[in-house]
Amino acid sequence: MGRRDIPEINAGSMADIAFLLLIFFLVTTTMDTDTGLIRKLPPVVDEITDPPPIKQRNIFEILVNANDQLLVEGEYMQVTDLREAAKVFIASEPGNPSMPEFKDTEIEGLGVVQVSKQIISLQNDNGTSYEMYIKVQNELVAAYNELRNEFAQQKFNKPYTELVQKSGSSDAIKMKMKAVKKFYPQRISEAEPKKTGGAE
Amino acid sequence: MSKFRKKGKKGQPAVNTASLPDIVFMLLFFFMVTTVMRETTLKVENITPQATEVQKLEKKSLVAYLYIGKPVKKLQGAFGTAPRIQLNDAFKTIDDIPLFVEMEKESRDEAERNRITWSLKVDSKTKMGIVSEVKQALRKVNALKLNYSTKKTDKISNN
Repeated sequence: MGRRDIPEINAGSMADIAFLLLIFFLVTTTMDTDTGLIRKLPPVVDEITDPPPIKQRNIFEILVNANDQLLVEGEYMQVTDLREAAKVFIASEPGNPSMPEFKDTEIEGLGVVQVSKQIISLQNDNGTSYEMYIKVQNELVAAYNELRNEFAQQKFNKPYTELVQKSGSSDAIKMKMKAVKKFYPQRISEAEPKKTGGAE
Repeated sequence: MSKFRKKGKKGQPAVNTASLPDIVFMLLFFFMVTTVMRETTLKVENITPQATEVQKLEKKSLVAYLYIGKPVKKLQGAFGTAPRIQLNDAFKTIDDIPLFVEMEKESRDEAERNRITWSLKVDSKTKMGIVSEVKQALRKVNALKLNYSTKKTDKISNN
């Protein structure tokens, strides 16, 4: 009766308000996905009764001192040369007395193959910088990854990284990935750091 | 000839912008859903080192962060310049790590507790001493899956 028509609300500024909110969220949120080197720590063992003896020829020894200098197998080395040296050690041919021993292992998809008994032993000082530690870790992981890629390319015509990416899609690819992994097992042993000295 | 020209001269009608708010809202919701708010304010300097072989961390909800580095300039007066551990929003010591691990596990689903990745965000200038201590502490409480947070780079250098 006496009612007047309610005028329609003007929605023209709706877009402005929405834009304002949008810009607020764009600015305040971080899109960065965390990236890094994924490693696994060994579980705690109750008591080391008798560590199994490992022959010296199977160990690739890396020492890092407080001045971020590398000693690899008793020789001074630059970190940029570490990758090549590690690759040579990991992918050595059987029968070389100065290189690691081999063991016949049955791997699904490859049959019985000779797998190197290589172990990389890494020891750093308390004064080693974290940056250097990461560089060494990175070079070692890179050495393994490159060898796995080469091996997978040669055997299965696909690089290892591709096998890893597609391993969820089929069991055959997963088996191939595992075979490559078993052929070049990543064995990096980290000793507890020592305070061997050197300038702080 | 002139027949056609007449039609063209009328001028184009304004584009209808009524659906503009809808589009913007769609974008807004997309950003609201996909992004994660930064939870902690950093109290330590944190420039992570660079590496070439980095992997992405898949599930963000299953990552717990530990920050190590020297306190930021503003806090150096009160806390000095020695590297410190920051858990959540406060400086903590090595002895607080077991409790921190327990709390983080408690806040996740029971099935996912053993799949938590412990991301170490360590400043590249930090010495290994404190990092090793943290690693040992984590090892003791069975927090074994670590991630050394690094940025991606193409090549690493000697110094």
